[in-house]
Amino acid sequence: MSINYAEKIPNNVELTSNKSLQRALEQWQPGFLNWWGEMGPEGSPDYEVYLRTATSVDAKGWAHFDYVRMPDYRWGIFLATPEKDRKINFGAHKGEPAWQEVPGEYRSTLRRVIVTQGDTEPASVEQQRHLGLTCPSLYDLRNLFQVNVEEGRHLWAMVYLLHAYFGRDGREEGEALLQRRSGDTDNPRILTAFNERTPDWLSFFMFTFITDRDGKFQLAALAESGFDPLSRTCRFMLTEEAHHMFVGESGIGRIVQRSCEEMKKLGTDDPAKLRAMGVIDLPTLQRYLNFHYSVTSDLYGSEISSNAASFYTNGLKGRYNETRIDDDHRLEGAEYPVMEVLGERIVTKHVAGLTALNERLRDDWVADVQLGIDRWNRIPEKYGVPFRFKLPHKGFNRRIGSFAGHHVSPDGAVLSESDWTHQHGEWLPDEQDRAYVQSLMGRVVEPGKFANWIAAPHQGVNKQPVNFEYVRFN
Amino acid sequence: MTQAAELIRQHLIDPEICIRCNTCEETCPIDAITHDTRNYVVLPEKCNNCGDCLSPCPTGAIDSWRRVAKAYTLQEQFGWDSLPGDASSDDAGTASEVPEEVAQLTAVANQGQGGLLPPPWSAAHPYIGLYTLSRPATATVSGNLRLTAESADSDIRHIVLDFGSMAFPVLEGQSLGVIVPGTDANGRPHHLRLYSVASPRNGERPGYNNVALTVKRVTLDREGKPVRGVASNYLCDLKKGDKVQIAGPYGASFLMPNHPGSNIVMICTGTGSAPMRAMTERRRRRMALKEGGELALFFGSRTPEELPYFGPLKKLPAELVDVQLAFSRVPGKAREYVQDRMRASGDKLARLLADENTYVYICGHKQMENGVEEAFADLCRSSGRDWTKLREQLRAAGRYHVETY
Repeated sequence: MSINYAEKIPNNVELTSNKSLQRALEQWQPGFLNWWGEMGPEGSPDYEVYLRTATSVDAKGWAHFDYVRMPDYRWGIFLATPEKDRKINFGAHKGEPAWQEVPGEYRSTLRRVIVTQGDTEPASVEQQRHLGLTCPSLYDLRNLFQVNVEEGRHLWAMVYLLHAYFGRDGREEGEALLQRRSGDTDNPRILTAFNERTPDWLSFFMFTFITDRDGKFQLAALAESGFDPLSRTCRFMLTEEAHHMFVGESGIGRIVQRSCEEMKKLGTDDPAKLRAMGVIDLPTLQRYLNFHYSVTSDLYGSEISSNAASFYTNGLKGRYNETRIDDDHRLEGAEYPVMEVLGERIVTKHVAGLTALNERLRDDWVADVQLGIDRWNRIPEKYGVPFRFKLPHKGFNRRIGSFAGHHVSPDGAVLSESDWTHQHGEWLPDEQDRAYVQSLMGRVVEPGKFANWIAAPHQGVNKQPVNFEYVRFN
Repeated sequence: MTQAAELIRQHLIDPEICIRCNTCEETCPIDAITHDTRNYVVLPEKCNNCGDCLSPCPTGAIDSWRRVAKAYTLQEQFGWDSLPGDASSDDAGTASEVPEEVAQLTAVANQGQGGLLPPPWSAAHPYIGLYTLSRPATATVSGNLRLTAESADSDIRHIVLDFGSMAFPVLEGQSLGVIVPGTDANGRPHHLRLYSVASPRNGERPGYNNVALTVKRVTLDREGKPVRGVASNYLCDLKKGDKVQIAGPYGASFLMPNHPGSNIVMICTGTGSAPMRAMTERRRRRMALKEGGELALFFGSRTPEELPYFGPLKKLPAELVDVQLAFSRVPGKAREYVQDRMRASGDKLARLLADENTYVYICGHKQMENGVEEAFADLCRSSGRDWTKLREQLRAAGRYHVETY
């Protein structure tokens, strides 16, 4: 499964054997590069960045490190190694051979799934394009760029599927992916969370920790798909996605560590005193967490969804770790608990498992986020600081699903409109919080130096020292 | 080399850095990685150190190692918030990194002595792994001289590396790792290659921060088929002024005794002479101190033209070292091997072996091991001793060191 780098478009799908597909993608390529030039990291085309590039999709070859100018990054098409005689593992088609072509009856559904996933990739690059100007260190700048180029590659992965399997419609969708813009009022990105701003590095770390984790779970569910090319594409994307969550989790961890250091030194947890020292107080971090967590939770959609049921029954999108779950993989007669608001109370009811697949995937994600929070909490514990981070209730600050239109506090109390208006400033970052965080955003680019509000990482990238020159400015 | 023989090198995952992305578990070809709700862990009895999981790990948490007498169980690993501290840790965060391949190469080279052994009691304390693959030292080539005659088939070179102002403290008998730039046909970085240092601790030239290596250009493999040795050709082609990336130093056992009156018996072939040259030179520079002790060198090659350092060796004063050369391919002469010269010096060797101040060093081709062992056994028999028993005593006392390849 080695990657052919002699080609204009590096790939491991024998692109040369399909001339019309090759031509179509080669026509899309300049559009992509234009988009990168226009919407990619600001001011970066001449930077040489110490990046990871795949030279093959197997364990030995996919993490090759070297300096690369980002416009020269070898974006291409990499699919995980095919699994011999792979079967469809769930739904009505369970046991049938996996599809190598799109079944006609699922064509438009699959296309929509792929377009929606694909749209998030360039969107996040657009959301993050100004961050390089305020990086807290060269190490972090390099990580940002690594995330950016890989999101770009994920767009390639989805566009490949659109071009290869969806004909003219697919090519048009491929074009449209380059036309939409995050936050644009006329032609926005498809999902709301991807039209939010990523104004500062705290938001970036929260985004990679929480929202990229949604990406992980969506990709994992699509990696179970009966449509084999989608499955193989997503499997390889997951390998890259892991780095993004690392950036987020370790980024916040380092902020927490730095704040705890200062708390111990000053012997205080007074946010005003800590802010005077130029670090981010833990309650502010908690508010950012509440915000990103609730906004991202909406990405899973309604708790009860007939669309999700038909995706599953039709073999298009599985559950997280589908093949490791011990059940009938058809969900006949299965039930799943779902919450809803009844008057002033939140009640749990059991609904058909098939219709609750969005909620199930959300729950898997929640559990995974919680594990990350647990690891953050070890930091104040180590410093003897009593503060602990806590995930808000699933109903907190939701716009989609059964909680939409209700007000729920972080500990799960249903609130009146006036109570919410009165109190939500304690739970979500307000303008002052955002302005304070924004005020910290300077630019630190001396190798080995870090902005005052964040600790240095445990170790560098690819065993390089922390003070390695991860980005060379030319 | 760096640790006692019975220690295991256990592969672990650093729970402080791991983000539980599952990539390693997904990647492992033999399912040697598992997890609970808290930690990802490596099954000690299953992991075969294949390294497939290392590069896909986004965090570097996977690249953690501990030398332990008894492997940490899964239950222990599941309970950790951070890796247990360990003075002998050789993970990336500490100064004394010994890469897996160095450990493996050393294990193979030391088979002849039965694993890792203690150094002589009077050996100087070695520095180990000051520089690593990721944080190498940079040396400048200050000399590259062919040692073998132009007419000889083998091209053996004396290469001098200068470390400038970078500390690279090295003892006679230690080796360093040469990092060959570029990647192999599969796009992977070349492995580290180990070379014994051929110069004494205070430099190839006294007072200079340089070391010498003895490098044979590899053009044939073990079966005699043509092959181009990557590292040896890289080194042999270096020009004065070229920069080389070096890891190390490595080696904590094959070290010379330093106490007055200590005797050194050196048996070598080919480039196995490098550490012998280093030790002999160390002693030569201290001759004026009159510390006593004898040196005996048994050195074999095919012809005088192929014997590295042939000229300088013949100039060494007889009161410093007794040099016995054996040539196996001189036209018109019977084939002679190091063990033949050892037998010819039987009385002297028997006397030296009986002296507890005598230390034996064997370095060179693996084929020489058997012959040398037999020669020692014969020698012992004629003086009524049991070689197997004596060898055990020598090993335990750090008096018998073998590095063969």
